[in-house]
Amino acid sequence: MTPVSHRVVGRRVETADVVTLQLEATDGSRLRYAAGQFNMLYAYAVGEVAISISANPLGGGPIAHTVRNVGSVSRALCGLQIGDTLGLRGPFGSDWGLDSAAGGDLVIVAGGIGLAPLRSVITQVIAERDRFGTVEIVIGTRTPEELAFKAEVESWRARSDLSVHVTVDRATPGWRGTVGVVTTVLPRVHCDPAAIALVCGPEVMMRFTALALMERGMPASRIRVSMERNMQCAIAQCGHCQLGSVFVCADGPVFTWERLEPLLAVRQL
Amino acid sequence: MNTIADELTSHRFFAGLDAAHLEVLTGCARNVVIAKGASIIREGAHADAFWAVRSGRIALGVTAPGRGMLTIDTLHADDVLGWAWLFPPYRWHFDADALDEVHAVTFDAVCLRGKCAADPALGFDLAQRVAAILGDRLNAARMRLLDLYGSPQPG
Ligand code: FES
Repeated sequence: MTPVSHRVVGRRVETADVVTLQLEATDGSRLRYAAGQFNMLYAYAVGEVAISISANPLGGGPIAHTVRNVGSVSRALCGLQIGDTLGLRGPFGSDWGLDSAAGGDLVIVAGGIGLAPLRSVITQVIAERDRFGTVEIVIGTRTPEELAFKAEVESWRARSDLSVHVTVDRATPGWRGTVGVVTTVLPRVHCDPAAIALVCGPEVMMRFTALALMERGMPASRIRVSMERNMQCAIAQCGHCQLGSVFVCADGPVFTWERLEPLLAVRQL
Repeated sequence: MNTIADELTSHRFFAGLDAAHLEVLTGCARNVVIAKGASIIREGAHADAFWAVRSGRIALGVTAPGRGMLTIDTLHADDVLGWAWLFPPYRWHFDADALDEVHAVTFDAVCLRGKCAADPALGFDLAQRVAAILGDRLNAARMRLLDLYGSPQPG
């Protein structure tokens, strides 16, 4: 699949090292995608990296990607300005499977930049709020300053049909919210064993979160997590993203915890 | 109107407590309302009480000169504030301030320690419950040391 040229039509600095880019294809084509999928973004002359889509799939606007500056490619992407172009291949991978969660409760748990792929879900759930039962959103970050999508999170908190909990590892002066890791919030959220949990963040955070959700009675089959791996081909060819017998790029990035846990338990592959 | 025994029965910390033990504990307990912003405990002061939080939030932290309180943990309904009352030298390790108006049941520590000494089964039960809280807080502190949100794949 050849990258399609896209132009940056919007750019928002989320935190000191996180930027959201809004993109439109230069040929006017529109990408159809589902919440949870990712694209390969190509910073010309630098390289390509897999980035989750952070926009509402039903929104109809530009596609959005939220990028954290953690290496040469993501640094180049974060440096793009409105009017600049980049290459985009996708969408790839499995999605959060929101349709199969309709009619039930949702527990959404985000850690750090893991909020980006979940923003795609949360905005879709808000747009189709009647399709779901209670919606609990738990967001953990290192510090208040590292919370992405601050204004949107505030607007979610203001809604009476969402229950939003933000917690930080380290408070800074003036922070009046909760301090503690995400797992310490979970005992206080409405968590029916029949709910579907959607979890995204670094691997260790997802592991502890899945364990805490299971302590609340949720079966591993109802906990969905989104895996991050270094991707190259994104079409199950190169093996870069392989985890045991699965290709994260094609079989994932969204897996049930039931499927993923035995793969993560293997300490060396 | 709920009695203190009713309130304790529905509090997570006391879940499953023997009815006779509950009865003994209520003898050391009273309901309190703590105003938003009020200081509840101060680092280094004598640990003469503990609180079962019924509603409202409490910030636990250390106060640095010129920087105000640096919060290290937040307590909510169904949490308990204070374990230093159970172990010598009975001194608080942190400050605690009410972030909201807090409704709690508070226990007189001298009274509680007396009851525990007189009834070792009650003392053991309470010590186990406090130890479970300490275990949870230790695990949470270790997770924070792992810097859970900090290391995405470079790319
Ligand atoms: S990225 Fe090549 S196999 Fe998945």
